[in-house]
Amino acid sequence: MADKPKVAFYWCASCGGCEEAVVDLAEEILDVVEAVDIVFWPVALDFKVEDVEAMEDGSIAVSFINGAVRLSEQEEMAHLLRQKSQLVIAFGSCSHLGGVPGLANLWDKASIFDYYYVSGPTVEHGENIEVPEVKIEVPEGTLELPEFWDEVKSLDQVVKVDYYLPGCPPTVKIVSNAIKAILSGDLPPPGSVLAGTRALCYECPLNDSKPEKLLVKEIKRVHEVEIDPETCLLAQGLLCLGPVTRGGCESLCIEGHMPCTGCFGPLDEVLDQGAKGLSFLSSIIDADEEEEILQILDKVPDPVGVFYRYSLPRLSLTSKKEVKLGG
Amino acid sequence: MKLEVFEPRIVAFVCNWCTYIAADAAGVARARYASNVRLIRTMCSGRIDPQFIMSAFEKGADGVLMCGCHPGDCHYREGNYKALRRYILLKRLLPQLGINEDRLRLEWISASEPEKFRRVADDITEQIRQIGPLIENGGE
Repeated sequence: MADKPKVAFYWCASCGGCEEAVVDLAEEILDVVEAVDIVFWPVALDFKVEDVEAMEDGSIAVSFINGAVRLSEQEEMAHLLRQKSQLVIAFGSCSHLGGVPGLANLWDKASIFDYYYVSGPTVEHGENIEVPEVKIEVPEGTLELPEFWDEVKSLDQVVKVDYYLPGCPPTVKIVSNAIKAILSGDLPPPGSVLAGTRALCYECPLNDSKPEKLLVKEIKRVHEVEIDPETCLLAQGLLCLGPVTRGGCESLCIEGHMPCTGCFGPLDEVLDQGAKGLSFLSSIIDADEEEEILQILDKVPDPVGVFYRYSLPRLSLTSKKEVKLGG
Repeated sequence: MKLEVFEPRIVAFVCNWCTYIAADAAGVARARYASNVRLIRTMCSGRIDPQFIMSAFEKGADGVLMCGCHPGDCHYREGNYKALRRYILLKRLLPQLGINEDRLRLEWISASEPEKFRRVADDITEQIRQIGPLIENGGE
């Protein structure tokens, strides 16, 4: 028992889907449990933070941390696990790039709290609504809550990350490959993303039906069309981010007749996933007149949501808000 | 800080075949224009990756100017149309991020229009001066 490598799992700002992805290993998880000693996994096992604190530095072989970092508590836990672990792996899109919770960076703490506790349409007005405080005195004593940061961060904006497992959530295949690679010590250079190195289109089953020159006269949204499962989705006018997204996901969405939304993140050569996606779409629109371009782009009413869906915290520009947004 | 006049930092991505030559000609003719505009030459306006623009804003530019050949004149036939489409989409994206869309501007300036280049450089500098610096949480 003592010789088995110790493994920890932790979740930050996430939906729980990444935990599900671990469970989705199904029978394979038995092999994992056989090979490692899980020392911390709040969602499934009853170990406490004190147990982790009591461990020696570097005694955990690998920590898988999913979710973005939104609260002070998550940042503290990330630091703690970093200190106790030899390897820290960002597990899933939120940890890798900031993910969907990262879209909250379009607002700041004050505007989010205002909307949810004071001015939102579902909040009853006229009451004395209290916005959560970090510390509050009650007759029974002092209550504490973690602090809510102004910004959502990806894990590597808080601690050093050794490897990334992309995906929303990471697929069974890349998770089990990563675990095998870690156990055998057969790992790529630090900082690598443990998935494909080429764009999704390379492995897409519909790639053969992609026209030689891809041009789009009309962008269609998924609820507007009956998708032809045999033809490249872009050729059908659906905005698929396959060309600018890292592959390795086994084209799960495409197999399910849905366009890629970019959860595996950018390719190694790309710094800004959103800008690259925007660039790609602009390149395939088949119109040269401003009016026609505008008309086609009317079907992209929310470019941030489309192109930065998983990577907004990577864009430091969001801290330069000069126009007050939202409600 | 209040006593100082705000000098905007403007990054201009200019096409090698038109605006860069126009800017060069403006210089040879000793035309005076705002020194706030820093030129970066690209081989075509179609080479101006939106990543460059976002990165310019992230790293402290107050305004970004994209310059290319007039429609129909692209050295590579359609690069400037790609630039136009990227520009249109970026203009839609920037306000979502809380950035004034007027900080980004696209101009067609041919090699024979040094005067237009001078005018545009002065004009965008004044415009950005009016908008003010792009600083962290400037709108708060």
